[in-house]
Amino acid sequence: MNPGEVEAGFSKKEMDMGGWTGKILRVNLTTGTAVVEAIPESWMKDYIGGRGLAAKYLLDEVDPKVDPLSPENKLIFATGPLTGTPVPCGARYMVVTKGALTNAITTSNSGGHWGPELKFAGYDFVICEGKAPRPSYIFIYDDRVEVRDASQYWGKGVNDTEDGLRDELGIPGLRVACIGPAGENLVKFACIMNDKHRAAGRSGVGTVMGSKNLKAIAVRGTGGVNIADPEAFMKGVWRMRAEMKDSPGRKSFAELGTAATIDMTQAMGGLPTRNFQQGQFELYENLNGNTIRETRLVANKACFACTIACGRVSQLGDAADKFLVNMHPRNWRHAGEGPEYETAWALGADTGVGDLDAVLKANWLCNDLGMDPISMGATLAAAMELYQDGTITDQHVELPLNFGSSEALIRMTEATAYREGFGNELAEGSKRMGEKLGNPDVHMGTKGQEYPAYDPRGFQGMGVAYATCNRGGCHLRAWTPGPETTGVFDPHETAGKAEWVAAEQNRTTAHDNTGVCLFVGAANGPLEKFVDCISAATGVSYSYDDVLRIGERTWNIERLFNLRAGLTKADDSLPKRLLKEAHKAGPSAGVTVDLNAMLPVYYSERGWDPEGVPTASKLAELGLA
Amino acid sequence: MSKVLNILPEKCTGCMQCELACSWVQTGTFQPSKSLIRVNVFDEQASYAPYTCLQCDEAWCMTACPTNAIATDRATGAKLVIDQLCIGCHLCTIACPFGTVFTLPESDKASKCHLCGGAPACATSCPTDAIEYVEADQSWFGPWAAKVTENYVNAVGG
Repeated sequence: MNPGEVEAGFSKKEMDMGGWTGKILRVNLTTGTAVVEAIPESWMKDYIGGRGLAAKYLLDEVDPKVDPLSPENKLIFATGPLTGTPVPCGARYMVVTKGALTNAITTSNSGGHWGPELKFAGYDFVICEGKAPRPSYIFIYDDRVEVRDASQYWGKGVNDTEDGLRDELGIPGLRVACIGPAGENLVKFACIMNDKHRAAGRSGVGTVMGSKNLKAIAVRGTGGVNIADPEAFMKGVWRMRAEMKDSPGRKSFAELGTAATIDMTQAMGGLPTRNFQQGQFELYENLNGNTIRETRLVANKACFACTIACGRVSQLGDAADKFLVNMHPRNWRHAGEGPEYETAWALGADTGVGDLDAVLKANWLCNDLGMDPISMGATLAAAMELYQDGTITDQHVELPLNFGSSEALIRMTEATAYREGFGNELAEGSKRMGEKLGNPDVHMGTKGQEYPAYDPRGFQGMGVAYATCNRGGCHLRAWTPGPETTGVFDPHETAGKAEWVAAEQNRTTAHDNTGVCLFVGAANGPLEKFVDCISAATGVSYSYDDVLRIGERTWNIERLFNLRAGLTKADDSLPKRLLKEAHKAGPSAGVTVDLNAMLPVYYSERGWDPEGVPTASKLAELGLA
Repeated sequence: MSKVLNILPEKCTGCMQCELACSWVQTGTFQPSKSLIRVNVFDEQASYAPYTCLQCDEAWCMTACPTNAIATDRATGAKLVIDQLCIGCHLCTIACPFGTVFTLPESDKASKCHLCGGAPACATSCPTDAIEYVEADQSWFGPWAAKVTENYVNAVGG
């Protein structure tokens, strides 16, 4: 078989089911060939799709002990059955692989238009195997699949790569997912960017893509997504849309974007500041949703099928020319997406920078260079703390890494992507950097992945959520600030938190499997309300309990992968600072995280033994034995 | 007075719900490549402009058609393709100044917006009211023309 040819391995028999295309595109980068495979029907039913099904494939096909950057690791792009349908926010795809940052399974989610386009091309998944002998990209145009030379794009930023591929291929409606220089240079927290500004951001999925010499996947699909029971499906879609339309959550997302959250976390003393040394940031108003809206917002931008449109395009204004960038070759563009809450925090409060110009520029750089702004900001914040206590001196760095230094933020962001000077240390993430410099406690993260923007001393539940998340520090698996700020729980107490987190993790996991954005949940459209859409689309009758069970099954599969990769109970931990040091001022003063009170409850709630290993009976119950 | 699709690009967020809805009407699947309304994306300017057939009073597609396969729907004013008469010559697609007449690859026949018989799915599905189906009212024309004139005067320097 010649490179670029597709082997016909799938009969074109129409399925009775909808939602799924039922097909996987398996690309061997080493040989430059691709085959199309059918997904076993029972697997689709048992995992719904997306994150869960991809985790199943990863566990089956990849040795969990493998080096994430070796050709033996696989990179899976996975959509769900509702991706590409009009269910509000049915836009998501997942990148599932063994993460470069964490050495654990990772499941990184992104919106935009790339996922739906893959479905329209006729595939649920793309599985990338091996390693291309030279920089390559995958071109998918319905049945036509080619592995092509990408040497002219290697070294280029995300914007230039996407524009270049559009020019080269000349196909209207082409969608591109690619890595930037950070991924090529194996920065441990590189992203995969699609539609220029949307990111499968965390745990170094872009690093894995870079290690495979895979620069991009360009997709154009002209096919459609079938629905098993259209009438019931559209009924569910319209009901959902009506219920979401006037919900306060949807309105807040649309008006202020995710950055509105900064006011809430500040008020709770849960806005981690200067590498979690404080719980409040005095300049928070410079970075909040209102300021961005008043001074920067150009327009809201929706992902595919989104009725919320929380995404925003922001004017960079003076930021464009205010800060010197040495290496970035690009003519600077004057608008970009974001900043989202996590970005505004990581590049702002966590590094002590209160200058929105600097945050916007660093955000734009992260997007174009293809780096996770959370880990970037948090790693820089850790370095700033080491500079503050004298571990890092001016001999190590080209400019002072003082908290609040906009210049340091911009320059180090760039230097990290290119591994230049001290950027080479930052590019390893705060855990490896801290260990190398003799101060591992400076790493504010779990399983090697830096925390996002919630201080567990302000939101006790986030402590157990961070410690137990399968992909390390992450806010998207169980967002406890919800119940902790609406009177369900006392934010500083531990009671009930572990149970809630376990249940919520199952819920969000099942939600991720469907291909629908998690934000519909905050806009009065939680999973419970669209189970009928999943059933109508797929033709498989699911109850809410079935769906939650699928979430639990997925969570346990991910856990099994991590245990086989060598992770233990010791990796379900929090850094010393969160356990021992309380904030001295603010609403969260005097609080530390009592993980010892929550973790055993969590394990027993999950049906795991005291070491955090799923029991045989639990695995049997979930059909995983 | 008949109703028209009134499109307000400044309200559009680029979510493609209209394309999904339109393709559903045309094909019974969610297949944006078959949509007769297209969202033009200007990402650098954060601007999105849905566009479709304007149902011209003086419709060049109709004039160009050698077999009279395009006719006016009396109820809605929409210009309809009559499949049985269409011979697939593509003249209408060339004649249309707006590029909103398409041909279907499988039948080679013309395909264009028919206003869904008076209940356009794109307008119904738009979450931001960027597409409205409203009485044809030309009160917008005065301010619009004034704005265009002003832009022109500014552009040529007074």
